[in-house]
Amino acid sequence: MAIPKVCGIETEYGILVRGADNNPVTASSLLINSYLAAHTRQRVSRIGWDFEDERPGNDARGFSLDDALAPEIETHLVNAVLTNGARYYVDHAHPEISTPECRDALEVVTFDRAAEEIVRMSMVAARQMLPDGAEILCHKNNSDGKGNSYGCHENYLMSRETPFGRIVAQITPHFVTRQVVVGAGKVGCELPGASADDVPFQLSQRADFFEEEVGLETTLKRPIVNTRDEPHCDASKYRRLHVIVGDANMSEVATYVKVGATAIVLAMIEDDVLGDDLVLANPVGAIRAISHDPTLQRSVALRSGARMTAMEIQWSLLERARKYERSHGLEAVGDEVGADVLRRWEEILTGLEHDPDSVADVVDWVAKRRLVEGFAARHGARPGDARLKALDLQYHDMRPERSLAAKVGLRTVADPDAVRQAITDPPTTTRAYFRGRCLQKWPTDIVAANWDSLVFDVGRDPLRRVPMMEPLRGTADHVASLIADSDTAAELLARLGA
Amino acid sequence: MAERTQKQKTSTSRTEDEVVDGAPATTATGEKLKAELDDLLDEIDDVLETNAEDFVKSYVQKGGQ
Repeated sequence: MAIPKVCGIETEYGILVRGADNNPVTASSLLINSYLAAHTRQRVSRIGWDFEDERPGNDARGFSLDDALAPEIETHLVNAVLTNGARYYVDHAHPEISTPECRDALEVVTFDRAAEEIVRMSMVAARQMLPDGAEILCHKNNSDGKGNSYGCHENYLMSRETPFGRIVAQITPHFVTRQVVVGAGKVGCELPGASADDVPFQLSQRADFFEEEVGLETTLKRPIVNTRDEPHCDASKYRRLHVIVGDANMSEVATYVKVGATAIVLAMIEDDVLGDDLVLANPVGAIRAISHDPTLQRSVALRSGARMTAMEIQWSLLERARKYERSHGLEAVGDEVGADVLRRWEEILTGLEHDPDSVADVVDWVAKRRLVEGFAARHGARPGDARLKALDLQYHDMRPERSLAAKVGLRTVADPDAVRQAITDPPTTTRAYFRGRCLQKWPTDIVAANWDSLVFDVGRDPLRRVPMMEPLRGTADHVASLIADSDTAAELLARLGA
Repeated sequence: MAERTQKQKTSTSRTEDEVVDGAPATTATGEKLKAELDDLLDEIDDVLETNAEDFVKSYVQKGGQ
């Protein structure tokens, strides 16, 4: 049976400084440090990220480029671990938040929403540190419209026993076609030589930036399936599938279905029930062709010689998922959440088929396109008009009073109280619970943290590393009373036998 | 999850409506959304960046992952 699909999302936010020096690296550091100073008990950068086990150069196909690649993460940049189990850091020239490990898609939405709130709180806090009138603006998008892209990555726990070649072959049709459901929409096109008249509007922020079917890169020649083999847990048992092909969504339902449906398809691949008949002839060409066609009519070639539209492929995947639900159950993704995801996936496909505007309250690209087309019709704006691109950017604006996504009536799925709590408290369902609670209770005794360990300094002894190699150990069920009963970190370590 | 589904308040301060869960998207939803879009377009001049051209020009990001 498929293993539990522990999952999470990492989002790089667009960043812009107004009224002061616009250096994105400095601004990202200031943003995060302002948040830490204003809203946490941590001394700034006191609890650092521990890079001991980071191996972004390992390739799932069985070789390592660590010696050949420059270190991907610059260690001198701000890199904090939060009490909700998330990581908040500067990656390249963007502020990035990785949610903690979550047990299902609803938790991911809750923690992704909490991450948005943390960014908003950071923007407010940073204002105090900037000259009068200056501000830092963040956007939850993936492209500046000028050929520069930054990611919203998903992560899913997979069994090491599942052959990687099968994952690549069978997940690609979903990655290429799911944009009809979960694309965030984009005004214009960033392929060299393409004009706004050629592609006035497309489904995806990211599709223009994918050049390979499979590979290790994340910043150049991006592949549809990323092969980074860095499980952040017991590598003999698990993989972490690192998904770089998605858009950052403003719609909670879109994030929910994006993560939930992908987790189900991955569980089906793990149980080897999906089959190879949807394998595409040319995935890179297809991902662009589908993105560039908001009418959803264009078909793409399969390796079998047949042609299908993205909608047909999505319907086929949904039907197989329904069958899988009956034959295997959805325990791997959480029964209740899994069933709800399938229902919403179907609602969206039905809506897109009959009247796309009817899903403008859940599908980001539809919501954005209505706004753009409505504005263009009212003001006579032609493709290429800067006002249309401004609408696109402002859809993703993190300032509540400016965000257009906040004004189009998007439905929500996360409980607002749970979102508020998720700003400070970890999920109870994964090892993130142990990380988060220890950081809450003993912030000054923890000198470093990463996904799979915590390092304690309890005085005279040498530093003590507590490994967390199992993503589903260290949950509230396992350690809540242990943490509650320990007055000091030293006591906790003694009880753990560390 | 059904009971958690809510209609987010729009800027036009409409009252919150419970969305009937499980019902397929309907034309009524479409009509309602159209009315909301008209309202939003009415107020969009206040919300949009004042100089769209400058804003779009200044929006340059470094590439990331």
